Amino acid sequence: MRNCIAIARREILSFFVSPIAYFVITGFVVLSGYFFFNLIGFFNHMLLRSQAMPFLQQEGPSLNKWVVEGFYQTLVVVLVFLIPMLTMRTIAEEKRRGTFELLVTSPISVSDIVIGKYLGIAFVLFIMNTLVFGFPLLLVSLADVPVELAPIFTGYIGILLCSLAFASLSMAVSCFTENQIVAAVTGMVTLLLFYVIHSPAQTMEPGIAQSVLNYVSPVMQLRDPIRGVLTLQGGVYFASVIVVGIFLSQRALEMYRWR
Amino acid sequence: MIRVQHLSKTYGEFVAVSDVSFSADKGEIVGFLGPNGAGKTTTIRMLSTYMPPTSGTAEIAGFDIVTQSEAVRRSIGYLPENPPLYGEMRVVEYLQFVGTIKGVASKRLPEAVERVLEQCGLTDVRRKLCGHLSRGYRQRVGLAQAIIHNPSVVILDEPTSGLDPKQIIQIRQLIASLAEGRTVMLSTHILPEVTMVCSKVVIVNKGRTVLEEQLSALPAGRSLEEIFIECVSRSAADTGHVAV
Repeated sequence: MRNCIAIARREILSFFVSPIAYFVITGFVVLSGYFFFNLIGFFNHMLLRSQAMPFLQQEGPSLNKWVVEGFYQTLVVVLVFLIPMLTMRTIAEEKRRGTFELLVTSPISVSDIVIGKYLGIAFVLFIMNTLVFGFPLLLVSLADVPVELAPIFTGYIGILLCSLAFASLSMAVSCFTENQIVAAVTGMVTLLLFYVIHSPAQTMEPGIAQSVLNYVSPVMQLRDPIRGVLTLQGGVYFASVIVVGIFLSQRALEMYRWR
Repeated sequence: MIRVQHLSKTYGEFVAVSDVSFSADKGEIVGFLGPNGAGKTTTIRMLSTYMPPTSGTAEIAGFDIVTQSEAVRRSIGYLPENPPLYGEMRVVEYLQFVGTIKGVASKRLPEAVERVLEQCGLTDVRRKLCGHLSRGYRQRVGLAQAIIHNPSVVILDEPTSGLDPKQIIQIRQLIASLAEGRTVMLSTHILPEVTMVCSKVVIVNKGRTVLEEQLSALPAGRSLEEIFIECVSRSAADTGHVAV
């Protein structure tokens, strides 16, 4: 445990001394802000249209449905591309500096190394997500139209869990390579495939295959949190993905220990 | 202490180390010599448990490098050819980090850090970033991280490479002071270093040991250079040790 914390602290220091964390966090906040801005603009347009046509007898557009949900769904796509930027240095940087040999020849387990590094990445993700959480929160105080608070919070938790799951998979991929570019690109491709894993299910016959694809899809699992419902099933799902990613990372590093 | 018996390492067809055997006791400083490509770094990497041997055994401080690798890692201090520093950490922070991962208890860590800072002449640069240090100081920090957990065996891979003459003398003095109560293995190209610092010499050539001898037992009339040249000019077909 002590070794994990030491490695996590070192990782966090390294992230914030290099430009990477700043660029990734800033990029994420800027992109999210732009998407949020567009969603608000679109919502205003929809609101004006519905007010201009009162004879249609329908409820005005819901701020939650059109802005908050759309915002969280877009964030997931952005994360698919940004998270590999954080995880690509996992092994590559240590090898370049010669410190990988230091870690592997110390009396610490491979789990300590993997979990320590993961905790460092998780910390950066926590900061990233908490910063953009401010955007939907703004709606609570500034919107003229009623907005539900619960989905904003549950959506935040869902996105946070999804980021952690993506990070563990992306870290697993980068543990297999010593090249940062290969790690980043393969990480992105892996996360993108994971993101669209449910698409064949939409045209399938209802059955086991369709259920499995829907279960393993992060997009499908995020539907509930984004709409305001946190389920145990969702929590177990994201926790399982995190565990799988960490397990694969450990196996990859074990290869280095006993080549 | 170090006991190496018939260690070998092959990568597919390529034989990096074919048969290395030697031993070193407490208090000895062993000079590990050989031409480039002889298999010195590969042997050292096996002893530090960075990679497993293809065959053969070795014991470090009484622990087997394959079956008891964690105990070996606790007992060993290792300085690779390039000191494994994190450039963005200050010297003190770096040593605290290495002390932690090498198993120094948290109560004893501050005292251990102070001890090695003093021993390696790093007190003036304790707050400097590792990335801003000169080559000589980097080597010293590398040495400090190798001894912070008070290991019984210290392995140094070319510790004076790239240093100026004054720094070389200082590092050699440091290495000589390390030997008290420890076994030190020093891999180097610099023959005078071995004569000045070491008590025993092991020469490897083309992946096998060709000489293992106490320095005092070497014939007085012949220099180490002559013996070294003779050892390494033998062909690979020769087996066994060189008679001196």
